[in-house]
Amino acid sequence: MDDALTLYDVMLDSRLLLGTARYPSPAILAQAIRAAKTQIVTVSLRREAGGSRGGESFWTLIRESGARVLPNTAGCRTVKEAVTTAQMAREVFGTDWIKLEVIGDEDTLQPDVFGLVEAARILVGDGFCVFPYMTEDLVVAEKLLDAGCRVLMPWAAPIGSGRGINNIFGLRSLRAHFPQTPLVVDAGLGAPSHAAAVMELGYDAVLLNTAVSRAGDPVAMARAFALGVNAGRAAFLAKPMTPRDFARPSTPVIGRAFDEGAA
Amino acid sequence: MRVEVVGAGVAGLTVAFELARQGAAQGLRVELVERRPRAGLGCSRYAGGMIAPWCELESAEPIVATLGVEALEFWTKDIPVATVAGSLVVAPPRDRAELVDFARRAQNFEELDAAGVAGLEGDLASRFDSALYFGSEAHLDPQAAMTALGESLAGMHNVSLRFGESARGDADWTVDCRGFAARDELPGLRGVKGEMVMLRSGDLTLSRPVRMLHPKRPAYVVPRGAGLFMIGATMIENEEAARVTARSVVELINSAYAIHPAFAEAEIVDMGSDVRPAFPDNLPRLTRRGRTLYVNGLYRHGFLLAPALARRAARMVIENAWFPEVCHAHPG
Repeated sequence: MDDALTLYDVMLDSRLLLGTARYPSPAILAQAIRAAKTQIVTVSLRREAGGSRGGESFWTLIRESGARVLPNTAGCRTVKEAVTTAQMAREVFGTDWIKLEVIGDEDTLQPDVFGLVEAARILVGDGFCVFPYMTEDLVVAEKLLDAGCRVLMPWAAPIGSGRGINNIFGLRSLRAHFPQTPLVVDAGLGAPSHAAAVMELGYDAVLLNTAVSRAGDPVAMARAFALGVNAGRAAFLAKPMTPRDFARPSTPVIGRAFDEGAA
Repeated sequence: MRVEVVGAGVAGLTVAFELARQGAAQGLRVELVERRPRAGLGCSRYAGGMIAPWCELESAEPIVATLGVEALEFWTKDIPVATVAGSLVVAPPRDRAELVDFARRAQNFEELDAAGVAGLEGDLASRFDSALYFGSEAHLDPQAAMTALGESLAGMHNVSLRFGESARGDADWTVDCRGFAARDELPGLRGVKGEMVMLRSGDLTLSRPVRMLHPKRPAYVVPRGAGLFMIGATMIENEEAARVTARSVVELINSAYAIHPAFAEAEIVDMGSDVRPAFPDNLPRLTRRGRTLYVNGLYRHGFLLAPALARRAARMVIENAWFPEVCHAHPG
């Protein structure tokens, strides 16, 4: 592993995490996981759990993909709901990992960052490795780290929007402020170029769902995203050139002397 | 030859019908066995009953549409219970992208503007300024369809119906059509929970199924006549049956309300929940094990796929036919 990613002491080759919702079938989901060489998949537990462990068949299919399961609290709107769901997820999947979502606005699915920090503190205290889904807000990031999170997952744009990076300045400054913390862009990416762009900013990984699951060919799109992530990561490591501004000539007079066509 | 068909949902009923029809000349006798007191008490009864092969291409493999086209003929000629009035697909203005994606995957439709929508469904005038119209598609009432099939079977001289009984397993062939109840014998079969709500409204005149696209909660309304409208259906990777959750009801009714606000004043007539049987690829299988044939994995496409699968299942039993696109040998 030359360029391994470490999340909560687990070393990973793949920097592309996939969601598991809305694929045409579990079989296509499994093919997409293989095509992208994804090692972490996130699974929503809240509804699938039902009254008992009714989602067991689907979870078994996901486990068989060989990927590590990162359960999530998608759809939870309160701290209590998110904490309870996380505890249930730990029992069902036998993992302390939890992708923590506390949704504050039903329409944009924007996280409730206040509830998020509170839930993160409770779950860290309870021994969880928390992956908080957050906005790109620096202060929220600071408070989540204070609460004991060791990975942060800022959005690029609202969940499922496929818009790509909404606030490149915010993501850049978040990266600059927390150079040592693994940062995973979660939500809002629509095309492999978006994934490449966030990796070029120095983000450690990306998490996707809709952009792959709702593509015309999810398996081919998973492969395309893996290429985008790898290209962006390689570019970041290769240290891209600094863009130049040619809008204003810096040597307007002397340059002319050699410009024969201008005569 | 004597064939025992187990399970009287849409799969078992159509299989019994095709066996009796195709095998009549050779003296084939069919016994349809159902552990419940009558036909159609399993998950089939909660089906939407949309015979919409081209809409289903949105999320299903092409084979589903290919097989599904046969259902249009079956439910209009053999068991003529379907209404061919097409189907409409709409999206709220903010989710227009869903409509674009749907159009990219589906086939055999025309795009309608506001006037086109209003011309087809007066209730939707000025509510949606664009829609997809699948004019060749049909819809039926699952209960009525299964009753009609049961009556047809009762009138066939080579068919006997046994309700409230379990299979004897002493026939020349067994065709197992038990759906999710056969999970212990079919590796990989899982249940996908679905919930539906039935509403009654005197204020609406929708005459064809309307699908409302939404990134998280797509839903449809199917008119059942006499002011009844079926609102379906959730898709949850969960195998618990018979538990309709408050959240699902709220979401389904919200979708209906988004199609037309008059649904807010509709009466809730019924709610239901069951599990659809599905294989990991969500495609149907005719699985042969010796002289047992399992017809299963119809998933959310029971009424759409049953006729084509039944025709093929009957030919497997009668003439040892094999259809690579749907036939599987049992791994056991």
